[in-house]
Amino acid sequence: MPIELKMPALSPTMEEGTLAKWLVKEGDTVSSGDILAEIETDKATMEFEAVDEGEITQILVPEGTDEVKVGTVIAMLAGEDEEVGDTDSTAVPAPAPSEAETAPTEPVTVASPPPPVSRANDPAVPEGTEMVSITVREALRDGMAEEMRRDDRVFVMGEEVAEYQGAYKVTQGLLDEFGPKRVIDTPITEYGFAGVGAGAAMGGLRPIIEFMTFNFAMQAIDHIINSAAKTNYMSGGQMRCPIVFRGPNGAASRVAAQHSQNYGPWYASVPGLIVIAPYDAADAKGLMKAAIRTEDPVVFLENELLYGRSFDIPDLDDHVLPIGKARIMREGSDVTIVSYSIGVGLALEAADALAGEGIDAEIIDLRTLRPLDTETVLASLKKTNRMVVAEEGWPTCSIASEIIAIAMEQGFDDLDAPVLRVTDEDVPLPYAANLEKDALLSTPQIIEAAKKVCYK
Amino acid sequence: MAKAPAPKSSSKKSASTRKKTSAPGKKAVVTSSSRVPKLPAYKRYKANKAELLELYEQMLLIRRFEEKAGQLYGLGLIGGFCHLYIGQEAVAVGLQSALDEDKDSVITGYRDHGHMLAYGIDPKVIMAELTGRAAGISKGKGGSMHMFSVEHKFYGGHGIVGAQVSLGTGLGFAHKYREDGGVCMAYFGDGAANQGQVYESFNMAELWKLPMVFVIENNQYAMGTSVNRSSAEDQLYRRGESFRIPGIQVNGMDLLEVRGAAEMALKWVRAGKGPILMELKTYRYRGHSMSDPAKYRSREEVQSMREKSDAIEQAKNELIKMGISEDELKEADKKIRKIVAEAADFAENSPEPDASELYTDVLVETY
Repeated sequence: MPIELKMPALSPTMEEGTLAKWLVKEGDTVSSGDILAEIETDKATMEFEAVDEGEITQILVPEGTDEVKVGTVIAMLAGEDEEVGDTDSTAVPAPAPSEAETAPTEPVTVASPPPPVSRANDPAVPEGTEMVSITVREALRDGMAEEMRRDDRVFVMGEEVAEYQGAYKVTQGLLDEFGPKRVIDTPITEYGFAGVGAGAAMGGLRPIIEFMTFNFAMQAIDHIINSAAKTNYMSGGQMRCPIVFRGPNGAASRVAAQHSQNYGPWYASVPGLIVIAPYDAADAKGLMKAAIRTEDPVVFLENELLYGRSFDIPDLDDHVLPIGKARIMREGSDVTIVSYSIGVGLALEAADALAGEGIDAEIIDLRTLRPLDTETVLASLKKTNRMVVAEEGWPTCSIASEIIAIAMEQGFDDLDAPVLRVTDEDVPLPYAANLEKDALLSTPQIIEAAKKVCYK
Repeated sequence: MAKAPAPKSSSKKSASTRKKTSAPGKKAVVTSSSRVPKLPAYKRYKANKAELLELYEQMLLIRRFEEKAGQLYGLGLIGGFCHLYIGQEAVAVGLQSALDEDKDSVITGYRDHGHMLAYGIDPKVIMAELTGRAAGISKGKGGSMHMFSVEHKFYGGHGIVGAQVSLGTGLGFAHKYREDGGVCMAYFGDGAANQGQVYESFNMAELWKLPMVFVIENNQYAMGTSVNRSSAEDQLYRRGESFRIPGIQVNGMDLLEVRGAAEMALKWVRAGKGPILMELKTYRYRGHSMSDPAKYRSREEVQSMREKSDAIEQAKNELIKMGISEDELKEADKKIRKIVAEAADFAENSPEPDASELYTDVLVETY
């Protein structure tokens, strides 16, 4: 039997990649460990090694091909004792794998970006602004780079942010432009460098502290809360701590309990902090710039699964968004679905499905978790009289709990149904693909909850 | 009981180092192992009469201020935790008198009154902070453990044990980043010396050659636990060795020795040689905080330290040898008592913060 060589998954969240270069040609004999090709993802370039021995009979995907899905057959290998002619039957490239086939490496809940839906414009962006498409990853990097050009007090510090170009490539290119004085690799020492960053902010600089993920920031949470958040208050307003703590937050893909947690509600409970959790690229950039500029300490929660997604972003020289303002992502009249970060994409998907069933959902992206834009939430509730909160995180003491409390305290008379929350299951995130899928927030759950509050 | 005029310790090792560090004049410096840079010898600082009198008055101000704070605590005018600096005065005064006030920054833990006074911050606003009044340096919102003066480059006043070491390393980072020629002096206690973040900070400070003077104020007890009961390496000046940070052990009960060591340390750091670790052996006469049952040491031990090693008494005796008159000393004492009495009056009589202050200063900006 000929052996199919398939496009490998090089990271837990990789969906596709570029076949950058073939290092073998048809007719070459390879042995185990030989480098066959170079595969590029948005994060890294990696070498693809042969596992089996044999002759390369066919190269099915030429080098330079972009967007090759994981699992696509890229070449055929004949085992040593096989006739080369055996592979003729597989001359036609295998079709790209279906959604179901890629499920083990991708949580189904986030398998594809939502199709474009009728979105309300962001009031912060002037009408008629030209749009360009970039990834969330690039948007974050551009936001940081622009602020670093603008203010020489701004620097980036964290694990692998400089020479490695960022564990998730968010800081890609910054070292080249700004040099090692301003893009600083640290030892693996979260508590220490969070404190160093907070101290540097107190001393007049503008640090951006990257945590490789917010799971590791638990080691540093003392400085985020006790040192950064409380300083201005404790000093009667004379000592500030303008710092941005940023990094991926929430569940990634198949990395299990210790690496999958949403800290939004934790930090949002702390007075003195600003907590931002953007969904799309425009918000990621505009709010990153605002976060760097503000005099207050900011926890900036990104999402690894969104890093590689492309969105339209206004082509402006200085796209800065207001902190503390939610955004109506889709206008609707029957039910309000409040969400943030990755949940917004699922809510938009749900809205499209609901539209097919005659339910017109309004989608609110909170964008900032502290201070919460209760005004926008309550105004929408006043309009639709029904609300669902969708959150990729645990249900207990969540942002959803907070929104529900606000709806009850300040919007009671507008409610025609109890507000429902749709969240992750109340368990540590499991590893097994099926269990992980069951544990995470999903579009069908949001649809179901929206119908329920509409009594449909 | 210890006989030498140095902090008492039950450790034999520190008894031998005491010998080295307490003899006046030029010293054989106690430094770390061979993998660590050798520090130059330092001399006990030679102060003239006017200089010594000024430093003496600073120490006396701290002593009297803290005694008064203790009284006000007893009267219920000061609440919460209140950690007094009595006994350790020579450390803050000796070290900070060597700093360049225009450039250098200081950060410490919760036992911070003395450092602020040594920095020349108005005793009234410190005392008013202790009593929780609007005129306090933190508008009454910080209290004893959380006081700051950015104007004086005094960055607190931090309540979490050891946090100031990382924060201070960040201040040192900022000095280097801005190339402003400043040095950060980060104080912490023998208890904080066992915190993990201290070593994370040592590592980065040496790796990046930050202008840091790390100061361990070893007053022998972390609350009620003695150094010997909590530290595998009880010679704390050696704690930087695995990061190649040179350390020295200094008799923190001798003002001029502290000053001499500080000058050497600052010269070393300003020359770009990276951080230095100073262990100041000192002693607090009072409890860890006001609510300390003091069961962990004997009354005799404390009494013996006060009688034999008190830095203020020692400075006074030196002043007398230099020919200061009784009247001059009395005058100094009177002056200090007056300053402290005025600070206490101010702190007792100034109003509490307005209720609206509850909601101010949470965030700098409006969103």
